[in-house]
Amino acid sequence: MRYLPLTQQDRAEMLKSVGVQSTDDLFKALPKADNYDLPDHQGEMEVERFMAAFASKNQAANEAPFFLGAGVYRHHIPATVDYIIQRSEFLTSYTPYQPEMAQGTLQVIFEFQTFIARLTGMDVANASMYDGATSCTEAALMAMRITGREKVMIGTELHSHYREVLESYIGSQNCHSDAGLDPAEESLLEKLKGDPSALPQDDSLSDIAAIIVQSPDFLGKPHAYADWKKKCDAIGAKLIVVITEIVSLGLLPAPTDADIVCGEAQSIGIPMSYGGPHLGFFACKQEYLRQMPGRLCGETVDADGQRGFVLTLSTREQHIRREKATSNICTNQGLCALAFTVHAALLGEEGLKQLARLNHERACDLADALSQISSIKIVNDTFFNEFVIETPMGAKDMCQKLLDKKIIAGLPLDGNKILVTATEMTTDEDINALIAALKEIL
Amino acid sequence: MTNKSYALNYEEPLLWEHRVSDGCGVDLPVPKNTALKTGQTARETIGWPKLKEPQIVKHFVRHSTKNFSIDHGFFPLGSCTMKHNPRLNEKVARLSGFANIHPLQPESSVQGALELMFDLQNWLGELTGLSGVCLSPAAGAHGELAGLMTIRRAHELNGQGHRKIILCPDSAHGTNPATAAMCGYELRVIPTKETGCVTLENFKEALGDGKDVAGMMVTNPNTCGLFETEIAECAKLLHAAGGYFYCDGANFNALVGKVRPADFGVDVMHINLHKTFSTPHGGGGPGSGPICVADSLKDYLPVPCVIKTNAGFKLETIEDRPSSFGRLKGFQGQFGMFVRALTYMMSHGKDGLKQVSEDAVLSANYILSKLKGEYHAPFGDKTCMHECLLTDKLQKEQGVTTLDIAKTLIENGIHPMTVYFPLVVQGAMLIEPTETESKEAIDGFIDVMKQIAKDTADGKTEELHANPQTTPRRRLDEVKAARQPILSAKV
Repeated sequence: MRYLPLTQQDRAEMLKSVGVQSTDDLFKALPKADNYDLPDHQGEMEVERFMAAFASKNQAANEAPFFLGAGVYRHHIPATVDYIIQRSEFLTSYTPYQPEMAQGTLQVIFEFQTFIARLTGMDVANASMYDGATSCTEAALMAMRITGREKVMIGTELHSHYREVLESYIGSQNCHSDAGLDPAEESLLEKLKGDPSALPQDDSLSDIAAIIVQSPDFLGKPHAYADWKKKCDAIGAKLIVVITEIVSLGLLPAPTDADIVCGEAQSIGIPMSYGGPHLGFFACKQEYLRQMPGRLCGETVDADGQRGFVLTLSTREQHIRREKATSNICTNQGLCALAFTVHAALLGEEGLKQLARLNHERACDLADALSQISSIKIVNDTFFNEFVIETPMGAKDMCQKLLDKKIIAGLPLDGNKILVTATEMTTDEDINALIAALKEIL
Repeated sequence: MTNKSYALNYEEPLLWEHRVSDGCGVDLPVPKNTALKTGQTARETIGWPKLKEPQIVKHFVRHSTKNFSIDHGFFPLGSCTMKHNPRLNEKVARLSGFANIHPLQPESSVQGALELMFDLQNWLGELTGLSGVCLSPAAGAHGELAGLMTIRRAHELNGQGHRKIILCPDSAHGTNPATAAMCGYELRVIPTKETGCVTLENFKEALGDGKDVAGMMVTNPNTCGLFETEIAECAKLLHAAGGYFYCDGANFNALVGKVRPADFGVDVMHINLHKTFSTPHGGGGPGSGPICVADSLKDYLPVPCVIKTNAGFKLETIEDRPSSFGRLKGFQGQFGMFVRALTYMMSHGKDGLKQVSEDAVLSANYILSKLKGEYHAPFGDKTCMHECLLTDKLQKEQGVTTLDIAKTLIENGIHPMTVYFPLVVQGAMLIEPTETESKEAIDGFIDVMKQIAKDTADGKTEELHANPQTTPRRRLDEVKAARQPILSAKV
């Protein structure tokens, strides 16, 4: 087998040095199994053929018009990104625990942290989290540690997977489902006049560690943060802003009012890849630094006084603090963070703003085209690159009829509503094909 | 202060420290700047750099030259399984039918992806003897959490929600206690210092009457490189007391294709696809940590698992399996890693995987046999599994520590072993060669280790303390980094 370099002679010499007759002697204390119902090894050609057959049974996004988003976005990835991340030195290296052998990875992480901190308007960012959903949960857990409170409130429409993950970690009874504070709570806030200590001890709001605000929310609507921050301050909670489409931050204002900004950065440099690996990001204000989960890279000097980089503040982490760690996270999404960093470097200040504008304009074009069909209603007043439409037909039926024409129309929601998305990859031909198909169906 | 570049060694500043170009490194269509429908004003500044593509390519290529990788040389990092990462895996994962599909596409349009996941579930079930498989956890620690939440859910639904104790040996990875705490469990530690293993006697004492015990978390082979020979007996007692056995699968490379963990009593186990099944470590992820469970726990696994129905393959929902504890990750896991892992499994087959564990274990024992004279081997009288444990006990008397040994390996172009872990052994050096190293490479490592022992005995301590000397940076001041944290570019 081509991955195994030991020869029979090597093995014989090694067994002799160990002082045993056969490899089986090394396993003699173990319960042995040898009746696996699995195939034997195959060559590169056969395996490639086998795997390609799986791939050919899927409809890739580039095969037909595609309007699906909802937390994972189809964007163009410059060729440079994949070239860089496939370099052996990045692809096959380990977490940089030995900094003298990993200054490349460390400086990349430091630059990644800088990109995220600046984009989110926060002071510090970590080296990455698994994905947007777990990053959102870690933010909630961090707010709970800071405030000593047990519940969170979900302020705007949150991606359902983010919410489900959050509920698995902290219990559904601890997630308030109100989309927005209810009227009774609004009047309570009025009475408090910004003094959280005036909250009655038994009041449900006195348990709230954070309000979670996704923007643009799951239905595509961008939110302003200042009022949410006031509500948080009134009840002594932290403001967590969740971003699932990070390209939006090239056009929408930075969420500087937040205490924590977290979410998904797949849109920059990472393919959709059926949902993973993607890239969770996590940023916050300086004052919460020591409560952060995950790895951090910091600047320092070496024995000769030269600038260098190391993993730092690891006394928060599981390998030092064990059961008292801020999180159990160990491996994160290193190579995805590299892909982001390369793409972000290519985009730069001008490119990201341009990309964000293009996304918005393509979505505006899509909305304009759809609004030409009288039986389709655009639900959103405002949006970035995705919005909800209402059609005269059940959403699932409609999406299936479009799929019969190979068009992936968007995400069917309850009733007759569909969440549709456009990015810079959406062409006029795609939009025209969708409109023609809809006219035929309706 | 920063050195000048010399010969092939380039100093590379931060992106923000380069002379600013105009424009950027992408050529996108020009926006029409139509009226915004965002309901908000357009953002003015971000603070990202302004450079062109050639500058950026050079920037990252220069960074890469300051890294050591598996493709460079010997990387015997214990419990991390730094084996060869085949390029075929990368090629396959980039096929458009895998890379360009969306996780919320209608299932009828992604049957190939679902079938691939179903196949991988079967492979993992067959290799572990634990046939309930959920692929969604994102990494090893996430798999641990998925496993403990599965156990917790089973207890809760069976009227055993009062069980709050997890038994765990003191040699465990830090993620084990951290995971237990995250899951709301209290830890009861099983001491292993004397033998390196969980003994039946120590286990019984920790178990007590077992009425409050939810389960135990044990890595097997353990972090001292030893197979836990009494664990099957312990598992029987644990099961009789109503608890479940969680096995940390970090060291599955010692067993794959040779031993089924179910046969020593395991109920739940996570598998690190980025260790045993060769998906690249990528400088710190992405990993992938599927969990495998016994029949008794299948109903409580997280969603989604892939199931086969008359209408084709399907992602389960919570409505399909209401006893599940729920979702632990967005979408269905690190799919790109599933593609790579299955490619690797198909390449090896059951015969190749058996050879994997045999060669991995043989290589570690060979290193142990060659080095236990020069170095203290706390469990050197036993057969080790796929990694062997040495310490700096003999060298410390001369003022040379594990850290110095590690840094001297770096100077010799070898990545250090895992150092100062497990915590129960002072000055630990945990060496995992893996099956993908040639005897030539292994002998090269042994020679360097012997030379270090000799230099120590010869009193060349100053030299050893000064290593590494020719790396792009020498030993870094970690205390300064933590005391005055600088975590992003200040330019």
